[in-house]
Amino acid sequence: MQSTEPSPAPLVMLERVSKRFANGPLALQEMSLTIGAHDFVSFLGPSGCGKSTALRLIAGLTAPSAGALRWPSAPMTEAKGTNRDLGFVFQEPTLMPWATVFDNVWLPLRLAGVARDAANGTVREALAMVGLTKFASVYPRELSGGMKMRVSIARALVTHPRLLLMDEPFAALDEMTRTKLNNDLLSIWREHRFTVIFVTHSVYESVYLSNRIIVMAPRPGRVIDEIRIDEPYPRHTSDFHVSSRYNDHVKRVQRALHGTMIGVAVDH
Amino acid sequence: MTTDPDSLVNPAVQALERGRRREAAGRVLLPLLVVGVLLLGWEALVRVNGIPHYILPAPSLVVQTLVKNWGNLAPSLWFTVKLTLMALGAAVVGGVLIAMAFALSKWVEIALFPIAVVLQVTPIVAIAPLILIYVDSTASALLICAWIVAFFPILSNTVIGLKSADSNLRDLYQLYGATPWQCFRWLLVPSALPYFLGGLKIAGGLSLIGAVVAEFTAGAAGRDTGLASRILESSFRTEIPMMFAALLLVSLLGIVIFIAFAALAKLLLGHWHESELRREL
Repeated sequence: MQSTEPSPAPLVMLERVSKRFANGPLALQEMSLTIGAHDFVSFLGPSGCGKSTALRLIAGLTAPSAGALRWPSAPMTEAKGTNRDLGFVFQEPTLMPWATVFDNVWLPLRLAGVARDAANGTVREALAMVGLTKFASVYPRELSGGMKMRVSIARALVTHPRLLLMDEPFAALDEMTRTKLNNDLLSIWREHRFTVIFVTHSVYESVYLSNRIIVMAPRPGRVIDEIRIDEPYPRHTSDFHVSSRYNDHVKRVQRALHGTMIGVAVDH
Repeated sequence: MTTDPDSLVNPAVQALERGRRREAAGRVLLPLLVVGVLLLGWEALVRVNGIPHYILPAPSLVVQTLVKNWGNLAPSLWFTVKLTLMALGAAVVGGVLIAMAFALSKWVEIALFPIAVVLQVTPIVAIAPLILIYVDSTASALLICAWIVAFFPILSNTVIGLKSADSNLRDLYQLYGATPWQCFRWLLVPSALPYFLGGLKIAGGLSLIGAVVAEFTAGAAGRDTGLASRILESSFRTEIPMMFAALLLVSLLGIVIFIAFAALAKLLLGHWHESELRREL
């Protein structure tokens, strides 16, 4: 069984990172966080708490207004937007409708100059990882929502990134599909030992998936608590999700989250 | 008749197939039927009331006139076809290039878009006489007129199309360090294609209108002229059946252009874009 002890080598460090959009409120206020290699970290909080902003900052899709990001182990984000050591999964599958499943997954490699034939093995491997081997030549419109999300995950993993960023990836899916994808994501993560940062507004999802939950609050977006879920993986075989320990974790996180809601209108 | 195993075992699939075939046949037959009924009604109206052909010729007479004067009409048809296609080609090249410049630079768009709008909203009949005065060659003048009419839908649709690429996909391309060319070729062009083809369908019809209107304004006569000149000539000579014959050719040309571009859109978008997908029942 895999240890949930934090790995000593940090992958990325946020040092008092703030983000203010033009003429907007402070989207993120002085976020400091160290993410270790092989962590499964959830950013949890209500709308407007800056969790997606934090993710985009780490991805290098937007620059911090103040503070700095550090990558101690390797220069992952040297220049803006030359980052193939990183996978990103959006809330929507974000597939190119004119391209087949294969071509969608090939995209990160294609942009790096890998020809179709040379990419073939890697792409099929990534498709196998998410269980879509048979669907390589199918167009996205022929797939269900869950399968599209799987393609999106395969595309994010095709470069074998060390860091996988996921922005509420399963929020739009039905309960059963989400559970299946959660379990599949965990087993891929355990097998390939990359780091995951998972943005979600679901307490249950964050407790089930992660070993660390960063609880965030809105106006201004900030971190208010970190909760560790020191439970062994795999979690789906151990009845973790129906155990009293799971409930205790959920209660703990809900209490922390409740603190974020004080003074916030109940709009969701 | 071809049958796949599914349709043999599954009556529901069979019914679906039948329904689909019936719909496909209906799509072609129904409009043809309406046109046929209208033509028969027209023919009957003329014959029953004994309307003289210099007021309203019967469809049969129009077709006869067309066949009899084919030697005279064919070169004119060819002239109009050439003019229309050249104007459309120039509109595609010009519209797409200007749209790309607009997409690349907000300031180019802000500076030039009003001019494009002015060209579009000023009626071509009003500018055509000026163009005919300033441009020596009549053929070039006609081409410019038809181009002005046709290029705007290409321009505006392509501009919208180039801007319509999914913002998350743009982020993704940025994340993987795509070069501007990669982004253009693999993201912007496919995203813009449905809009461009929509513009092309409109521009196809407009370039024909532009070609005909410009020729009317030019009032050119002689050998090297198009269908519009044939219509004008016959009108001066009150050869009404000949007017209808030339008009028929203009309409047929428009229909052929429309069908050709609809087929092109189907070919390029049929496998992925909503506008060309048949909804599953």
